[in-house]
Amino acid sequence: MTSVLYDVPGPRARRRNVLFTIVFLVALAALVWWVLRSLADKNQLEWVKWEPFFTDGRSWTTYILPGLKNTIIAAALAMVIALPLGALFGIARLSDHGWVRGAAGTVVEFFRAIPVLILMLFANAAYSEFTDISPDNRPLYAVVTGLVLYNASVLAEVVRAGILSLPAGQTDAAKAVGMRKGQTMRYVLLPQSVTAMLPALVSQLVVIVKDTALGGALLGFSELLASVRPMSANYGANTIASFTVVAVIFVLLNFALTTFAGWLELRLRRGRKSTGAVVGAEAVADLATPGEHMTPPGPDQRKS
Amino acid sequence: MRETVFDFLEGYDLLGAFWVTVQLTLYSAVGSLIWGTLLAAMRASPVPLMRGFGAGYVNVVRNIPLTVIIVFTSLGLFQTLGVSLGADDFGTINFRLAVLGLIAYTSAFVCEALRSGINTVPVGQSEAARAIGLSFPQVLSLIVLPQAFRSVVGPLANVLIALTKNTTVAAAIGVAEAATLMREMIENEAQLILISALFAFGFICLTLPTGLFLGWVSKKVAVRR
Repeated sequence: MTSVLYDVPGPRARRRNVLFTIVFLVALAALVWWVLRSLADKNQLEWVKWEPFFTDGRSWTTYILPGLKNTIIAAALAMVIALPLGALFGIARLSDHGWVRGAAGTVVEFFRAIPVLILMLFANAAYSEFTDISPDNRPLYAVVTGLVLYNASVLAEVVRAGILSLPAGQTDAAKAVGMRKGQTMRYVLLPQSVTAMLPALVSQLVVIVKDTALGGALLGFSELLASVRPMSANYGANTIASFTVVAVIFVLLNFALTTFAGWLELRLRRGRKSTGAVVGAEAVADLATPGEHMTPPGPDQRKS
Repeated sequence: MRETVFDFLEGYDLLGAFWVTVQLTLYSAVGSLIWGTLLAAMRASPVPLMRGFGAGYVNVVRNIPLTVIIVFTSLGLFQTLGVSLGADDFGTINFRLAVLGLIAYTSAFVCEALRSGINTVPVGQSEAARAIGLSFPQVLSLIVLPQAFRSVVGPLANVLIALTKNTTVAAAIGVAEAATLMREMIENEAQLILISALFAFGFICLTLPTGLFLGWVSKKVAVRR
């Protein structure tokens, strides 16, 4: 394999690589052995502590699955509410009127610059002070509100990038057949940009799923992470086992989403029926950052 | 009038809390830059086992919520396994555990940023360098890394700003940083809007100038292709 860093290995390089492999393998084995020994010292490897997750269905039906359900509900609600809001602000940032652009831009920059936890804490306190939502439902409302405020501003940038990623000829053609600004947006640009930004939307969903755990740790929202404490209290202090199960579920869920986003992106880039414009999953980190966009636009992005 | 509004601020160490936030950010930034660079070196190395380990680490850690990692450092590492990182009082232990968690999480993103930076250098560059007879260290230090570093400023700045915002998660294990103080103030005072505005302003002061400045730097040093 030729990469920009290394040439195809010759006989000497191949010998050296084998040596590196052995040294690394020994170091890795030592690390694994040390971790397992420290776990065994604190009796965390006993089968009794892991058994409930394999043999006792109640550990799943009482703790894990309800937690996972709440995680997914919060993430889905946040995405569904944030998306139209984001589209609204994204389109407003492309408006021909300076004051609309300016106002939308300020809102988007403001919410992108603030940690989502600060927004959740604010929402939680605001709901308890100004509304009569029952304390049982308040964590869910607060988590979803915090996530919506933050993610709507990120999605606004995703929508904007999606519209800007379309070839200029689309707008020109719409003008040529006599469409107004609103018609161009509704019938030509927006439908195509939705396809272009699908990968970015899916990978933003990963961020949302991960951020729901904040509600579990700090707002008393009973999602997946919050199920660790009752589980370890109930199954004889099996903290390590409970954390492992929760982490594995998060990894599987998010890995599936990430893989799906990658597959979508590949499909769109290869697609012959569309314009080939796409806002990749990689672009999301950039779009989520306050301030000017840092990576210079690629060949398929028009200058804004 | 203004004084009565701001009277309640005297009982709280607002600057102190944001200073802890800055400290968390700086220590974690340095740590994750080191560990992330090592991971990136592994992922780009010609040894398959190292590549596999690097890829595995990044894919697992990126997909676990930071909150899970931070809570684990306290409940799992400290309370169950007794790892205290050489500190005695709870404040210091939690601070160090939070830094450890932030480093473990952020380095996965640093690794990906560095890797994407190396990938922007076309293979032709190093092939041309080898063709004119440069040795491997020369190819690396004169051709590849200078170009890679320039394109990596933007992605690394994104990671730094995300890290600044992520330090609030340390509130989950009681580190006395900005979000912890905000919770305390909301609990004790009846000035929700004002308190929230203050903390929002504090974070805007930390993230927005960093974003604008590093965005400007990254555009200035970017290699035009």
